[in-house]
Amino acid sequence: MSKDYTYAVARIRAKEMSLLGNAAIEQLLAARSCDEALRILADRGWGNPDEDLTADNMLAAETKKTWSLIGEMVKDMSVFDVFRITDDYHNLKAAVKLACTGTKVDASRVFVDGGTIDPEKMRLAAEQKDFSALPEEMRKAGEEARETLLHTGDGQLCDIILDRAGLTAMYQAGKKAENEVIREYAVLTAVAADIKIAVRCGRLGKSLDFIERALAPVEELDLAALSRAALAGVDSVAEYLTNTDYAPAAAALKESFTAFERWCDNLIIEHIKPQKVNPFTVGPLAAYILARKNEIKCVRMVLSGKQSGLPDEIIRERLREMYV
Amino acid sequence: MDMSNLGLLLALLGAVSAALFAGIGSAYGVGLAGRAGAGAITENPDLFSKVLILQLLPGTQGIYGLLVAFVTLVQTGLLGGGAETMDTATGLMYFVACLPIAIVGLISAIYQGQTSVAAINVVTKKPDQFGKAMLFPAMVETYAILALLISILAVFSL
Repeated sequence: MSKDYTYAVARIRAKEMSLLGNAAIEQLLAARSCDEALRILADRGWGNPDEDLTADNMLAAETKKTWSLIGEMVKDMSVFDVFRITDDYHNLKAAVKLACTGTKVDASRVFVDGGTIDPEKMRLAAEQKDFSALPEEMRKAGEEARETLLHTGDGQLCDIILDRAGLTAMYQAGKKAENEVIREYAVLTAVAADIKIAVRCGRLGKSLDFIERALAPVEELDLAALSRAALAGVDSVAEYLTNTDYAPAAAALKESFTAFERWCDNLIIEHIKPQKVNPFTVGPLAAYILARKNEIKCVRMVLSGKQSGLPDEIIRERLREMYV
Repeated sequence: MDMSNLGLLLALLGAVSAALFAGIGSAYGVGLAGRAGAGAITENPDLFSKVLILQLLPGTQGIYGLLVAFVTLVQTGLLGGGAETMDTATGLMYFVACLPIAIVGLISAIYQGQTSVAAINVVTKKPDQFGKAMLFPAMVETYAILALLISILAVFSL
């Protein structure tokens, strides 16, 4: 029965009704200020009424609500580890940096909710230089990142060690997943992340060694060719992509990096849309989690844009396709 | 082993199969649709009556199986007394007569349960489409009714 999702899918169908569609996003865009947009969201039930009405509080509360809902319905949450592993590595990165720099800050400001491991456990591991309480792959990455940061003082090297480890863990977990939606998400996310790394490294003129250390191993891309393309620049990365299964990404990349990021997110949404009519399997739940992540990301863009006083058109061109 | 009652044994096996397999199918179908129904009303309790109807649709096969079993038991005299020895061929015919509702009942109830779940998903999102949504699992019922008809006609004709 632990793999029976009939009850959960029916509940999610009702929950999908409250997801933000394009019209709701337009309404947010039409708000005159960030505060007005926050009030519109609060009227729709977003955020926690007991907390101050701020963008950070609201978005953190919505992320918590999503995982709390899924946790109520699914006994074995490990099926969703693919979605949570990168948050674990983000928290590990924060823990290592805090420990190495001796910085004392409020944990809620640096750690994110939604991971599979308690961030406090990571903070203690980094502070006590003992990562044995963490899973093996995370332990190795944590130790290496800590040593690297202490010996070189290079935060960027520390970042690429943990980002690569996180992406690799997410990709491997995705490959093992029984559900197609989760497998596709893991592959698309890892491939998109490698392409973004290649583009950024190309722009910053990083060395071949750095690029190769940063790229996470994925079967879908020829990393040696991608690394060489990154050395030659963004156009070469786009050129390389035209010869892969991700040829449409090349056109987006040539347009702009923002267009490429939007293309990646929209591709995931396109892949999960058939789950709206699937009454069984974990697929609709996975799709809902991704739809919520996408929704929260879009709302964050609108709120940040409003806070910065960006014109609506500039915000709109960054917005992703919505699930509903 | 005394084989003189083999005919009656086969007839009883047919009656039991009809009730057993059709009942198993219905229990599975109703259970599956019930889980979806519970999910739907957790978020929207107003859907209860609509969801209940959809949940009950796969329950009919169990009733059909019971009906065929009851008729078979009466026809053979196993119910109400008067059961005499029955030749093996007649007993086998009763057994075969019960097979349509036993097999079709089992399979159609499972599929009907799955279709009911899909219909509950539709009603959860679009309660006003209940009439259309109900037709899909109702279509599966056709084949359970056909199987019931053949089983009943066959048992009565023996």
